[in-house]
Order: sequence, then structure tokens, then C-alpha cells
Amino acid sequence: MTAATAMPLVEAKGLTRVFDVSKPWLNRVIEGEPKALLKAVTGISFTIGQRETLALVGESGSGKSTAARMVVGLLRPTAGTVTIDGVDMWATARAAERQKLRRRLQMIFQDPYASLNPRWRVDRIIADPIKAFGLARDSAEIEHRVGELLKLVGLDPADGVKYPHEFSGGQRQRICIARALSSNPEFIVCDEPTSALDVSVQAQILNLMRDLQDRLGLSYLFISHNLAVVRHMATRIGVMYLGRIVELAPSAELFTSPRHPYTRLLMDALPDLGMSGRPRRPIEGEIPNPITPPPGCAFHPRCPWSYEPCSVDLPELVDLGGRMAACHAVAAGRI
Amino acid sequence: MSEPVLSVRNLEVAFPTRRVTLTAVDDVSFDIARGEVLGVVGESGAGKSLTGAAVIGLLEPPGRIVGGEVRLNGRRIDNLPPEEMRKIRGRRIGMVFQDPLTSLNPLYRIGDQIIETIRTHSDISESQARERAIALLQEAGIQGARARIDSYPHEFSGGMRQRVVLALALCAEPDLLIADEPTTALDVSIQAQIIALLKRLCRERGTAVMLITHDMGVIAETADRVAVMYAGRIAEIGPVRDVVQRPHHPYTKGLMGAIPTTVGSATRLVQIPGSMPRLGAIPPGCAFNPRCAQAFARCRLERPEPMPAGQSQAACWLVAEAAAGARA
Amino acid sequence: MNELSPPNRVIPPTPLGGGVGRAAPRSRLAAFLDSDLLHSFLESKLVVLAALVSVLIVGAAILAPLIAPHNPYDLKSLSLLDSNTPPAWEKGGDPRFLLGTDDQGRDIFSTILYGTRSSLMIGIGAVLLSSILGLSLGLWAGYAGGRVDSVIMRIADVQLTFPAILTALLIDGVLLAVFRSYRIEGNTSFVLVLAIGLSTWVQYARTVRGVTLVERNKEYVEAARLIGLHSFKIMFQHILPNVLGPVLVIATINLALAILTEATLSFLGVGLPPTEPSLGTMIQIGNKYLFSGSWWMVAFPGLTLALLALAVNLLGDWLRDALNPKLR
Repeated sequence: MTAATAMPLVEAKGLTRVFDVSKPWLNRVIEGEPKALLKAVTGISFTIGQRETLALVGESGSGKSTAARMVVGLLRPTAGTVTIDGVDMWATARAAERQKLRRRLQMIFQDPYASLNPRWRVDRIIADPIKAFGLARDSAEIEHRVGELLKLVGLDPADGVKYPHEFSGGQRQRICIARALSSNPEFIVCDEPTSALDVSVQAQILNLMRDLQDRLGLSYLFISHNLAVVRHMATRIGVMYLGRIVELAPSAELFTSPRHPYTRLLMDALPDLGMSGRPRRPIEGEIPNPITPPPGCAFHPRCPWSYEPCSVDLPELVDLGGRMAACHAVAAGRI
Repeated sequence: MSEPVLSVRNLEVAFPTRRVTLTAVDDVSFDIARGEVLGVVGESGAGKSLTGAAVIGLLEPPGRIVGGEVRLNGRRIDNLPPEEMRKIRGRRIGMVFQDPLTSLNPLYRIGDQIIETIRTHSDISESQARERAIALLQEAGIQGARARIDSYPHEFSGGMRQRVVLALALCAEPDLLIADEPTTALDVSIQAQIIALLKRLCRERGTAVMLITHDMGVIAETADRVAVMYAGRIAEIGPVRDVVQRPHHPYTKGLMGAIPTTVGSATRLVQIPGSMPRLGAIPPGCAFNPRCAQAFARCRLERPEPMPAGQSQAACWLVAEAAAGARA
Repeated sequence: MNELSPPNRVIPPTPLGGGVGRAAPRSRLAAFLDSDLLHSFLESKLVVLAALVSVLIVGAAILAPLIAPHNPYDLKSLSLLDSNTPPAWEKGGDPRFLLGTDDQGRDIFSTILYGTRSSLMIGIGAVLLSSILGLSLGLWAGYAGGRVDSVIMRIADVQLTFPAILTALLIDGVLLAVFRSYRIEGNTSFVLVLAIGLSTWVQYARTVRGVTLVERNKEYVEAARLIGLHSFKIMFQHILPNVLGPVLVIATINLALAILTEATLSFLGVGLPPTEPSLGTMIQIGNKYLFSGSWWMVAFPGLTLALLALAVNLLGDWLRDALNPKLR
């Protein structure tokens, strides 16, 4: 079974999420203001295969966290679909079916301090999914499984009786990973799992996640704002800007030849640890307000390569042979 | 060589708790010359923020300086009474914090906050101070400063606010600027802008900068010299090119290897086993020895002082061994 | 130690787990004896005194049937000839009645013991009712949001416009009338618990709702929703334990208030009947005789009530302060 013909494990089509952040009706009438709609995510599509890691990279306001929550079922999309192994997550009406689907996906969050209930013991936290999906026969089996999971993530099974505050940030993230693995999922969404950790701890956690992926055949959707981190984890990378995917390419290709202007400037903005003194072009301006985005391409006010169509037409994702970019200049071969 | 702007010698900061006294900063020494940027880098718990707080006299009790001295332009400032220290803070030493949202008072216009600071430290009229403030904001890269000077902090974005905070810190023309994680809360693209701004403003004024951060990338971009801190001690200190590209201390080497990069191979990251010891449980000898692959007997017994290693100094017995070997 | 440097303040680091180089988890008792909570308790002499007084009074009340020299509820044992006897140490006092007797010939000391018992039972009952009710409604309002939240909070707001004592009086009066019309006897305690309990739930609901609003957005709640847990389970198993801290503090302070409210209602004549007097009823009875010289009928119950309320209040205050840093 080749990768090309196998059905992807996760498929997102035209995912959109709009938040109504308008002021209350009375205020709007008195102040004469229109409704304010925040388009957090607009029309994103991607696929993730078995044992694959797709990364979504973007800065604040890019909508990557919102997208992650839609994929995992925590947030209902305003439009678009998410299918896991062919089953549409939001169309399934029966609770039992949805539970079966839920078992196959899990999530690891960004803040290791808020992702563990401070009043619960660690073993109870990890056992929660096991109990919720009825995966063990009795408490002895649960205890055994929790111990195994703790060992799997590099902790001591005896740590199960402790409370989260007795652990460091890196250790807590390991506990979160153990919890995510306890329901034997096939697909894990990781929302900036190492952003709150120190560099050396981050290295440990990223290595652990890669090892687990190899051992257990997991697929990851990896959300991050750090291109360098993503390079070590992802097979393919999607760059997001103001709710849209502006570039989607295999990891190695993205780094050797970024096409979209935003990707290029983002790479340039990364600090130069090699201290090569290469000439860099700083990105001007700020991320625009998602309630009132610029017309045409959302990036055009900050883009050094923008020309006439950029402020008029929204560029679509164009297939460039194994990779995609949403840019008029790239599509026209200008850059 | 002219006298350094900031001179810290054998600084010790301790926190007495009910059971035991914790030493958070243990015998730290460094200098910062005029116009120089010293990066103080370390992971959380290394004591870098506390060092900055100790220098500017903002240690939160029960923490206090229990040893060593801090000199600003030759004059001791660590033992000054609070009233004297207050005059120095803001005028001679400026500070920039991590979160631009909480650094500015949300109830006052930014213009008022800058003007207030200017007038506290120099005797000029309201309108003159206003002109100075507008000029400062323009220098900090805020477009339309004349109009925006009367805006409130929440009307600015994070990056803009950090520019205002920088302007505020430099408005009294201090000799020293302490920046504690100034770009950590900002997006990558904005980070680059703020770093460039910091460098330019300080270079123009000849301000000495103590840049505290956990981000080696920011250090590589901004600093002239860097001090790597571990468990309250300095592990390595030297010119930034030296420390980043040819580190001598095993911790620095491990740290550099653990940082993900966009060049080179994308394989496993170098991982230092274990974690930084908690304050009450620092091992005897070298604080890093339990995690160090090259540790030998002396490392577990005697604490190493920073000793010459190439153009830098590293607190590591391996360096002493290498030097002895070279001499033999 | 926090991985994210806290902005603008350098918080002293705390050794993880409250110990120095602790290997295995200690027993819960050992951990409690060594804890900061116990030590802050022992350091405040006033609080220790308050705790002792509370224990004394509560203990005496519980043991009332065993230690009371007489049974004041046994109407047959009373003799009007014994009425209005001064305390034993006064002229005309009777050694049988340590603190004197009231107008029915009841021994004041025994009545205080039994009366405190009633007051405590009603007080604790009322606090249990209001806390459970307030907790549940607060959790529901905070978690569900939207219309549920609006409705519950509006009801709460409306109730708050009336003084609690008035609400209690209202409920008390209505329920008593209902019970009497159906000829249900002996339910005054139950009615009082309902009345006081229903008049004070709002405080709990408001506080719990606030905490729930914060906790609901935390990732551990998202993790629970992720595995398809029912809202009810999430509210009561996941969020509830985090909300108990403030509830406990409010409950302790409200206990004093509940006891005083019961006393007030009894004083007003709508509380416990004169045949089974509580502290409040005793004060009401004694009030009539105050100016005719029988001061002991008011003084001793009043003193007991004041001491009990004060002691419980102090304990509640200390608990709130002691629990605060942990809640951070």
C-alpha cells in the first residue's frame, strides 16, 4: 500500500470558523456600529497520513490554535468538514459513534500548568481516558496500564501517587503525553507542546515525541510558532497567516526554497545562531486586525513583492508540483 | 580602559525560608562597559532574573543580597537606603520587562506616562517634555507619534507597546538598561524589529545593556558578550561569537546542541539528561556534575571558579585540566 | 519554579514539593505536620485561642446530655419555685444551679449547653444547605454560561436586594404557616435550617461562578471534554475540587452568621419555642428580666453566643489568609 493511494487518516476540507465578537444589540444600535465578525480560520484544507506529522506554523492571529481545536472536536466549525478515517466527525449524530471516534484522537496542550487538574493525583489524571472509553476491566488493570504509560514517557511508576505541582514543567508535559497515550489513539494534535518549556527540556520532549511516533505509529498535527522546532518534527509544513494556509510543502523543501513571501520573511526573521552575518530583510508592519482584514491578499501591506492584483484578488492555493502556495507573484512566476 | 558602567562582584542573593536558606544567586561577577550589551542567558531557575532584580534593587522580600557588591559608575548601589535607590532607578538605570501589557498603566495615556518620567528626572517644562516625548516615540519607530502620544496602552499592539516601554526606559538617558526577556511575549517577526530597535537606540546613546533572556538566538543577534548561568552560578562568560560557536563549558555545549535550527541536519536534538537542580538540592562541587558526561572526581568535590578558556572564561575543571596539559 | 518568567516581579523560587531532596512521598500525616499551613496556624496565638474556644464550646455542646446537671427540656423536672435564682456565687444563689435559673426554673448552665447544641445543629445544617445549593448553582451558571447563567445570576441579584435576615424571616414565616395549617408539628428546626440556608446561598454561588469561569477555560477541562465526558461529570468531578477552597472559607465565616441569624429569629419569636430554647430564645426571655435585676439570664447566653461567633469568625479569617498563597 503506497502512501499515495492509502486513504489519509485525517482530512480537513474547507475548515472555517467565524466568531461573532459584536457588541450587544443595544450598543450597536446606539453607536451605529455594524456586526463585528472575527474570521479566525477561513477555508483550510489538508490531509495527514499514517505515521505522518503535519505542522501548522503561524504567529499570533494566524488561527492555528482554532484550527487545531476544530480538528480534534473541541470547537464546531462554521463551515467545512473534518473526517477521521473517512468518518465525518461532526456529522455523526449518535453518541456511541462519536465516542468511538474520540478514542482515536487526543490532544497535548501548550501550558503544562493548566493542562493537569491540580487537585487530582497523577495516576487518576492518566487513567481518566481509560475509564471514559472503558478500555480496562478493573482497577488493577488500570493501575498496571498507568504504570506502563509513566515508564513509557520516562517517569517512575511510583510517581503516580503524586500531585501535579510536585513536578517540573517538562515532567508535567510528559504526564500530559502519558494521558494522551492512555486511550491508544492513532492521531494526536499537539498545540505548541514545548513553547512553555526551557530549551534543554524542549529537546527531551521533542525527542520523546519522535520516539513514540516511531514505536506506536502515531500521526501528529503539530502546531507551533517556531519554524526551527517544526523542522525537527514535521514531514510536511503548512504556513498560516490570518486564518489561511499560505504555503504547504514538504519540510525539507520549505526550508531550502520557501516560495511565499511571508514564509521567506519569516525564515529571515529567525535569529542567526550561525552568526554568518547574512544580509536580512526585516518584516515591516504588524499583523492586521482579523475583523477588518486588508482587501485581496491579507499579507500585501507588508509584502515587498506585492503588485496590482495583490490588493484586489484573494490568491488561491496553487499546486506547484508536490507543494502549494497562495501568492499571485509566485503563481505568475515573478518570484 | 575606562571604568565599566556596571561592576558586579561576588553577588549573592538568598531567600531565607522556614527550613533552610536558599541561595539563588551564588558568587556571580561580571562587568558591563559603556555601550556594551551583555547577554545573561540561562534556563528557568538559573537566577538570571534575580540577578537583574538585585542590580536594580527590586528584589522581592524575603529575598535579599547577602554578599558581594554592585557598583554603578564606580559607586556602590547595593547598600543604598531605599530613598537613594529610588533616585537612581529610572534616572541612571532603566528597566524593560517581559510583558508590555502590564508595564504600562492602562489608565493613563502613554504620553502622560513618558512626560511624567521625564519630568521626574529632569527639570524642564511640560511642553518641552512633551516635545522630547514625541521625538522619543518617533525614534522608537511609532508612526504618527504626535497624534498617538495621547492614546491609551490598549490601543497599541504588543510590539508597539514594547516600543513605548523602551522609549520610557530610555527617556531619562540612563547609563544602564536592564531588559528582562523583552521579546519573549512577542511574535517572531516583531521580535526582530524590537531587537533591532534596542540595538540602535542603545548604540546611539552609549547605554550599557544587561539583556536577560532564555533565548540564545536573541543573544546571538544582540549581545557583544554573554554570560551563561546555571543554578545561580556563571558557567561561562565571554565574547558572544566565542561562547555561541566554540563553547567550552559542557552545559553551554549541551544547550547549543539542544536548540533546534533551520540549517544543518534535522535529526534528533542533543539532549542533556536530567534537569537543573532545585535551589535546595544543588550538588556539592560543580552544580552541573550529575548531568555531565565528562565529569570526573574533582567535579564532584570542588566547585570550579570561572577560569580562562580561549577568549572566554568557563567554570569547569576540564578547562583547568586542558590548560595544565598544554603547559606540561 | 515557573518556566515562564513572571512579568515585572521576581517571585522567590519555592523548592518543589516543599522538601529538600525528598526521595519518596512522605505519609500524609508527616506532610501535614511539616506543612506551612500548620505552622502559620501555630504562629498566630489569637487563632490558636479561637480554635481552642471553639473546640471547647462545640465539645461541651456535643456532650450536653452527659455533662449537663439538669435536663432543661424535661418540663416535669422544672419547678417554678426555683425560678429567678441568681448564680451560685451570689447572695441567694443555689449550688444546684451554677449560673442561676430563668423564669421557668430552668438551670441556665444546662440550658446553655442544650441551647448551644440546637444553635450549632441549625447553624451547621443551614450552612450545609446553602453551601451545597450555592455551589451547585454557581458551578452550573459558570460552566453553562449563556441563558442559564443569566437566569441564575438575576435571581441571585434580586435576592441580594433584600437583607438576608428579612429573607430568612419571610421564608420562616411562610413555612411555619404552611406547616401549621397542615397540622405538622415539631418542625421548627427544619424550618429554620431551610430559612437560613435559603437566605445565604447567593454568596457561594457568586464566588463559585467566578472561579468556574476561570477554570472552565483551562486546558485540563478541555482534555476532559475531549474524551467525551458529560458536562455534569466535568463540573462535579473536575472543577469542583478546585472551587472548594473559597467555599470552605465562606462556609466557616457563614457558620457564625448562621448561628447569629438563628439567635435573631429566636429572639424575634419566630425561632425555637420557649420550651426548647436556643441561645437566642434565652436572650429573648432574659431580656424581659434585665432591668428587674436578673442580669444572669441574658448575660451568660449572650456571652456564649458572642464567644462562639467570634471564635468561628476568627478561624474563618485565618483560613482564608492561610489558604490564599496556595490558591495562587
